[in-house]
Amino acid sequence: MDFTLHVWRQAGPDQPGHMELYQARDISPDMSFLEMLDLVNEDLEKQGIEPIAFDHDCREGICGMCSLVINGVAHGQQPATTTCQLHMRHFRDKDSIYIEPWRAAAFPVVKDLVVDRSAFDRVIEAGGFISVNTGSAQDGNCLPVPKDAADTAMDAAACIGCGACVAACPNGSSMLFVAAKVAHLAHLPQGQPEKRRRVLAMVEQMDREGFGHCTNHYECEAVCPKEISRQFIAEMNREYLKAGLQAH
Amino acid sequence: MEVAHATHAEVAAQRQPGRVARTLRSSIGSKTLMAVTGLGLLAFVIVHMLDNLQIFLGQERYNGFAAFLRSTGPLLWILRIGLLALFVLHVGAAVKVWRANKEARLEPYVFRASVRTGYAARTMIVSGMIVFAFVVYHLLHLTFGLTHPELFALRDPAGHHDVYSMVVLSFREWPVTVSYIVAQVLLCMHISHGASSAFQTLGITHPRWLWLKQGFGPGVATFIAAGNIAIPLACWIGIVQPGTGA
Repeated sequence: MDFTLHVWRQAGPDQPGHMELYQARDISPDMSFLEMLDLVNEDLEKQGIEPIAFDHDCREGICGMCSLVINGVAHGQQPATTTCQLHMRHFRDKDSIYIEPWRAAAFPVVKDLVVDRSAFDRVIEAGGFISVNTGSAQDGNCLPVPKDAADTAMDAAACIGCGACVAACPNGSSMLFVAAKVAHLAHLPQGQPEKRRRVLAMVEQMDREGFGHCTNHYECEAVCPKEISRQFIAEMNREYLKAGLQAH
Repeated sequence: MEVAHATHAEVAAQRQPGRVARTLRSSIGSKTLMAVTGLGLLAFVIVHMLDNLQIFLGQERYNGFAAFLRSTGPLLWILRIGLLALFVLHVGAAVKVWRANKEARLEPYVFRASVRTGYAARTMIVSGMIVFAFVVYHLLHLTFGLTHPELFALRDPAGHHDVYSMVVLSFREWPVTVSYIVAQVLLCMHISHGASSAFQTLGITHPRWLWLKQGFGPGVATFIAAGNIAIPLACWIGIVQPGTGA
């Protein structure tokens, strides 16, 4: 398969960027999107052109490192799929493909398609944890967790923190990510003692990072590779208001 | 599982001065303000529509109801001031959210696509501004009587301000009718996204109430638009005739 790629190139954080045209030739339909870019990069290196910088790590769809907005959709058109698990067979031969980085003021471009997502780390540092004494782990069965609570917590914990929700949101809002992180601890007994402090701190950190406000487009849910539900956003709204408006 | 004792951090958070003000100023707080005021305005729009559908019951009934509203005196003013406050807060919160959202993505995508969102959701600020402009015109037209002073001066046989004939005769002019109908279509779009959105913002997650976040917005919006469009349309095509005395 052959493709025409329109790729965002930007030398550094403060440099102006632009779309550059490249040809991808002899691509196997069984290649992943990132493997296709690897081949293009090998070609570019042979021509003495700086290869395209993009983020990737596990290439198994579980680490949250890969990104890319492909033809306007974060992680591409294939639902519930990260870019590394998106295969070229989902494209048509001779297609034009636009490849852009996550776009958000809170995710500044580092280089080409690589963005700095440390705003997410700071949101987690603000409250996305439980405080426990270190020492030997207690017996798992000492802490009963109802099955439905465990299931809901697991659904939220499936979030890999890739940032596709922010990239897809017309407002650059990170509500789906923060909501997933708030919810997965809020549903478990271990998360209870810090429940109120956690939601206040994480939402306020989210605001400080310059993410936008959710206006319920649900684009985030549509592109999320882990299919995190918008219901978690409603839940976080409720928990935040309960915690923030409590009189004492 | 409920834990009886708050942690030290939690107690400290609870004692933070200005906690409530900070909550209302946050992103979720602004949206909550918009949701609550929006639902208040929605309630007004429904009542306003039902009041005005009385035009189909004739001149006497319609003018009698208008006279009754005016006779409530201070109560009417309290309602008007409350309504104005809802409107100001709703617009204020909307402008704040809209500006923050513009700043959250400074560089747009070259290739733009959307997967799930709809036209109504993407144009809330535009439909809101057009509805705002319409409300100003609507007040000048029928509340302050500045656009049709000759119709505003009409009296019915009972000696009441003839609201009925004023409404019917002014909708005989097609530009007036068309502008009202266009405004109702935009209001319908605005409510179809806004009303459902409000319940998501307010944190409804129980399966029993999910319909509020799904079909309710488009449903109530269509209901309001149908009722509100019926009035100018019926006056225009002559189903509703001007009253006696006009």
